[in-house]
Amino acid sequence: MEELLQSIIGESWILYVLLAAPPLVFILVYALVTVWTEMKVSAHMQDRLAYMYTGPHGILQPVADILKLLQKEDTVPAAADKPLFIMAPYLVFIGTYAGFAALPFSSAYIGSDINLGAFYIIAVSSIVVVGLLMAGWASNNKWSIFGAMRSAAQIVSYEIPTALALLVAVMITGSLNLQDVIRFQEGGILNWVVFGGPLPVVQKLLLLPFTVTAFLIMFIAGVAEVNRTPFDLPEAESELVQGYNTEYSGMKFAIFYLAEYANMYLVSGVAACLFLGGWSSPFGDFMSGPLWGVFWIVAKGYFFVFLQIWIRWTLPRLRVDQLMYTSWKVLIPFLFVCLFGVGLILVL
Amino acid sequence: MELTTIVFYVFAAITLIAGAIVVFSRSIVYSAFALLFAFFGVAGLYVLLMADFLAVTQLMIYVGAILVLLIFGVMLTTRVIDVQMRTGTIHVLPALLIVAALAGVLVHVLVSTDWKVLPELFTPEETAPQIGTALLTTYVLPFEVASVILLVALIGAAMIARRERKV
Repeated sequence: MEELLQSIIGESWILYVLLAAPPLVFILVYALVTVWTEMKVSAHMQDRLAYMYTGPHGILQPVADILKLLQKEDTVPAAADKPLFIMAPYLVFIGTYAGFAALPFSSAYIGSDINLGAFYIIAVSSIVVVGLLMAGWASNNKWSIFGAMRSAAQIVSYEIPTALALLVAVMITGSLNLQDVIRFQEGGILNWVVFGGPLPVVQKLLLLPFTVTAFLIMFIAGVAEVNRTPFDLPEAESELVQGYNTEYSGMKFAIFYLAEYANMYLVSGVAACLFLGGWSSPFGDFMSGPLWGVFWIVAKGYFFVFLQIWIRWTLPRLRVDQLMYTSWKVLIPFLFVCLFGVGLILVL
Repeated sequence: MELTTIVFYVFAAITLIAGAIVVFSRSIVYSAFALLFAFFGVAGLYVLLMADFLAVTQLMIYVGAILVLLIFGVMLTTRVIDVQMRTGTIHVLPALLIVAALAGVLVHVLVSTDWKVLPELFTPEETAPQIGTALLTTYVLPFEVASVILLVALIGAAMIARRERKV
């Protein structure tokens, strides 16, 4: 796609804007769909109906919500630190959106086909942490600060299991470039890294327990990184009102929400690329190609988004000590064993 | 002007302006948050120098770890305990001397370096594998020593933290 656009408009800044825009369009549409899905899934799990009035089955409700948010007064608390308060939501969204630059959407489209893609996504999402801390501090509110602190501590601790699980997949595929990682897994469901990758059968069977563990841990850590139940302590409504975004309203609140939903897809998308073959079709050559690629990767990513919603309305919240226990004493030791095992099997 | 040149000036401006805020801001919280933009700008400059691995590592370590730790420290000391942390100017003369000496060294390096433009430089297709190979072959001893020192520091930190909790 990059070459095609380059041949049409040549090397200019418009080219780069056009190359950078598709993920934004995707995020906006996806967020609307997910707001609706979240409400509907939660309602049906609790034997309710949720929105039923705006459009058939309330399908236009997210649009109405957006219109309402656009009209709302954009308040800044009098005691807040104004410049930081205004900057924080944009910083959080920038950190998330920057991650989408290295996330492939099809064999023909990726924002930036860099060699360090996977590493870059992990690194750049740390801007989100700073944005959250900024929001919490600038709000000048106890609950906001506690929420921001918890959120930052949580994201920083769960970055380690995410990075280690990523390393397991990278060791098997031998590349940090997500496009190369996916190309490695092409040719059907059994070539996916979660099933051991396209290696000889004996090696695959030996790798299987390690890759499945790493994949599950990657998903758990991903849920924790986006601060969703059962890891939603930063927004624990019963203790902290809304956490770091308590004082935000109108569009700024909407941007926080947009960033959260975008982040949900980002962690799901990375997990899908590394372990589930990204845009490659599960049936080998059947239904594969650049356009089917978009379908597959969005389907795989969205399945995990759905799973996150499902978990949110099923499990209760963890305590702070349980949260840290899970990360440091359960996930990380398991991943060290995985890394060691995978390394040993690959060398043999 | 070429696009890369514009991008260079944008990153340079971000770095310099953020750096100035870090130094001149009266509020230590502003200084801490301005560091984010300074680190980000430097990472951008690394990318333009074809050092992509260094750029991502810069983001990972400085923004993801050091800056977050720093902000934690600042936040815990200012609002929660209600001590106003302000920066002021002290020791003007020694500071001036040190800054002048440092500026002299930097200018000397700037003038005496034989700057090469991009085509002359060796630009590897992938940086990460080469850095990895170098770390585990040529520089394996410094690498191992650094990791052992880090491990010692980690154990020490854990020891101190645990002892405080028991008392």
